[in-house]
Amino acid sequence: MIIKTQKEIPSSEITDLTVFKARRRFIKTVLASVVGATMPVWADNNKSRTLLPNNALVPTPIELVKNYTNYYEFTLNKEDSTKLAQNFVTDPWSLEISGEVEKAGIYHLEDILRQQTLEERIYRFRCVEAWSMVVPWMGFSLGNILKMAKPLSTAQFVKFTAIYQPETMPNQRNNVMLQWPYVEGLRIDEAMHPLTMLAVGMYGDTLPKQNGAPLRLVVPWKYGFKSIKAIVKIELLKKAPITTWNKSAPNEYGFYANVNPAVTHPRWSQNSERQLGSGFFTARRQTELFNGYSEQVADLYRDMDLRHFF
Amino acid sequence: MAWRIKKAWLLTLIICLIPLLWLFIDVALNNLGSNPIQALHIRLGDWSLRFLCLTLAITPIQTIMRWRGMADYRQLFGMYAFFYATLHLLVYLLVDHNLEWSLIGTDIIESPYIWFGLLAYIIVFLLGITSSKLAKKWLGKTWKKLHRFIYIAAGAAVIHYFWQLKGNLAEPLLYVITLFLLLGFRMLIWATNLKLNKMMLPKGRK
Repeated sequence: MIIKTQKEIPSSEITDLTVFKARRRFIKTVLASVVGATMPVWADNNKSRTLLPNNALVPTPIELVKNYTNYYEFTLNKEDSTKLAQNFVTDPWSLEISGEVEKAGIYHLEDILRQQTLEERIYRFRCVEAWSMVVPWMGFSLGNILKMAKPLSTAQFVKFTAIYQPETMPNQRNNVMLQWPYVEGLRIDEAMHPLTMLAVGMYGDTLPKQNGAPLRLVVPWKYGFKSIKAIVKIELLKKAPITTWNKSAPNEYGFYANVNPAVTHPRWSQNSERQLGSGFFTARRQTELFNGYSEQVADLYRDMDLRHFF
Repeated sequence: MAWRIKKAWLLTLIICLIPLLWLFIDVALNNLGSNPIQALHIRLGDWSLRFLCLTLAITPIQTIMRWRGMADYRQLFGMYAFFYATLHLLVYLLVDHNLEWSLIGTDIIESPYIWFGLLAYIIVFLLGITSSKLAKKWLGKTWKKLHRFIYIAAGAAVIHYFWQLKGNLAEPLLYVITLFLLLGFRMLIWATNLKLNKMMLPKGRK
């Protein structure tokens, strides 16, 4: 008797190798053209070419960023995900946009990229675990594709769902720690904010698998866990979605998760952060309100008690 | 025989320094990963906790083996727990904060997990400085009472470890189980002794 442990993939669904390679090439070419145009911004830290605020930030060495990732689908250890993520299948990739929109649909990633102008944006990335790094992401404003889908006036929140691929993700297979797949959410105005981006690359190349390939969210004024990796679905909703960490420990990880040195985590301070790449005997960095993006985003939270809505 | 015991003790003293040497090598070879300061800090804390567990393991081992020659080792391991805990604290103050007292102050006040670490350190410090035979003689009965606080130190150290984590709880759980077994063993002995004492009381008298 043959016991099938996995559903067979019909040959019609297997991507032809030439098509596969063409897709890869396409994404690489798009990225290369962007890098060509914006490379000097972080290569020689040329401040006169800043596209967005905070571009004066100096990127953390890529090796550190590539080998320090919280990717709980693979492992709870930040330094093991690099290796474990390599079996993860990211090509082909499609993204579903649905919910309170006029034009719901499922799109191939390369079709989305064809319509977007990729930009490089250098953001500080602050983890809730009190460490930070500076990453030159490549991508586009989330708002661009939300507008394409034409949100209805009833759309108040955006829910993001990451991939569920238990055959390559051990902790999904074994139901470790969190409820899978990973879910995150934003208020619609946060999602439409020009700083909020979908990233497909970093340091002038496609995203490494452990850093959230092929498509991840980056919300620079929020703790890193909001910036969900490997997104397969974006839904516009009337009500706030229940997000993964918030569900797992509601008193520790709020829906907003805005970086705020004055609001402590129940077990540790958020007042300072260790910057990756800094040397021994250098003090931690004083954490800034909204991770240094107050000027751009503070208005979103006018009249809100940030201690209550943490 | 005495010389051989002395030699074994000296060898143990040197072996206990290997984790530190190993750490120096890892620092020199840049082997500590993307967040080397945290890695260094955690490694020292880990070793302190391991030596604390070893210290607590001596009495059960002696009881099981019906042998009473290991008090020197208990002292040695205890001192190493103190030694690694001190390095752990110094790394926090110097390597991680470069003695920026305003950052350090806020961090300590706002981080409950550090309170437990501090409590554990204060106890281990007091036990460390009263570890000598001279101090033992001088403190008399108080010494034993004071040194019982090692249980509180061990418990606080594990909470200190557990409470700062977001994800991987496997390793602290290992320490919880170890401590549970070590303390459980003592409770068992204590309960047995209590029962024996009761049995030895003449009947009809309380």
